[in-house]
Amino acid sequence: MLEGEDRARFEAIVLPHLDAAFNLARWLLRNRTDAEDVTQDAVVRAFRAFGTYRSGNARAWLLQIVRNTCFTWLRQNRMAAEFMEFDETTMPQESENPETLALAGSDREQLTRALEELPESFREILVLRELEGCSYKEIAEITSRPIGTVMSGLARARDQLRNALLNPAPKEVRRAV
Amino acid sequence: MPCEQTENQLHGYLDGELDPVSAASFEKHLETCPDCKQTLAAEEALHQSIQKANLYERAPDSLRKSLLGNPQQLPAVRSFPAPRAFAWQWLAAAAVFLLATLVGWQLLQKPRGVSEAQLMAASLVDAHLRSLQPGHLTDVESTDQHTVKPWFDGRIDFAPPVHDFANDGFPLLGGRLDVAGGKTVAALVYARRKHIVNVFVEKSQSEDYLNGAGESQGYHWLAWQQNGFSFCAVSDVASPDLAQLQQLFLAQ
Repeated sequence: MLEGEDRARFEAIVLPHLDAAFNLARWLLRNRTDAEDVTQDAVVRAFRAFGTYRSGNARAWLLQIVRNTCFTWLRQNRMAAEFMEFDETTMPQESENPETLALAGSDREQLTRALEELPESFREILVLRELEGCSYKEIAEITSRPIGTVMSGLARARDQLRNALLNPAPKEVRRAV
Repeated sequence: MPCEQTENQLHGYLDGELDPVSAASFEKHLETCPDCKQTLAAEEALHQSIQKANLYERAPDSLRKSLLGNPQQLPAVRSFPAPRAFAWQWLAAAAVFLLATLVGWQLLQKPRGVSEAQLMAASLVDAHLRSLQPGHLTDVESTDQHTVKPWFDGRIDFAPPVHDFANDGFPLLGGRLDVAGGKTVAALVYARRKHIVNVFVEKSQSEDYLNGAGESQGYHWLAWQQNGFSFCAVSDVASPDLAQLQQLFLAQ
């Protein structure tokens, strides 16, 4: 059982990362309501496991629990069908220069949709890097992947995101005659 | 297409993850490789649009409130249906919750095991995050130290040292008043490449002042004491950049 002092430590060390926890859950689950429930579960789990936390990166420690709770939840809710590991065949083509200009105007809605369309493994590292500002080392710790995989995954995730932004309807590509 | 062998390096460079030697060699490579240069520009544009879109979603207050009192009071696993509760169980639960909230509140007021300095660092990182919200960065916007310095006169009970380090890669953007750890502090705003650095300045007071460096929520901070002031630089730039800024201040 956690004593009062541990509880205070938990509130001081782990709970400041509640925004990070919620943000990750929101993007993994693509839904604020589910994210609230799952974050709550994850924090309870973290609290129970707090005896095993000694020191180190509290944010990475909590996010690892959040991520695992999210994936368990997704599995249970049979929504993980789209989950795939980094796959060479899903790599899009490089974008050309004029298209990068168009990207500058991408608004929040477009980006949200594009990000939500990405496979979870890509979405996860993009959210951790671009929104949460995690270092490669932290992402590797949170996602239990080698740093090299994080690096190459991030490169591909960015390619895919750009591709999704440039081709909002991926199945119908129109070309100038 | 970027060159195969530099693609990972390019992202590492973009994310500030390369060591100085690799970063320098990559910059050298950039000079002679238009493909990599173009890819880097495209990646920077994507990064900018993500940042501009403000996609970060903060935890709702309801979640924060339910967790701050006492996490142990929460239902264990949400997927289990809650057992049917009788009125007296609700009353007992409410009493326990009230007590727990009161105890939790007391503990929150003075969390044991966490020093004032750590709380101050967290508070400064929060202030940095607030400053990044649209329209919150500067109260006085000027690259001229002779405009920024007098602006603080009468607004705060000390005169913070203000310098522009544009020649050294840290142009001054302006200044602002901020509140951290319950105190009013002066914030000097610098740019570092495309990043923002807040340098918080206050009068050194207690012996429990902030010193050293740390990381919180993905932001680095570096604190030092100089001429009776406490300085703390906060940013998402790499720690060596903050150390360089610190040296610039110390050289004044």
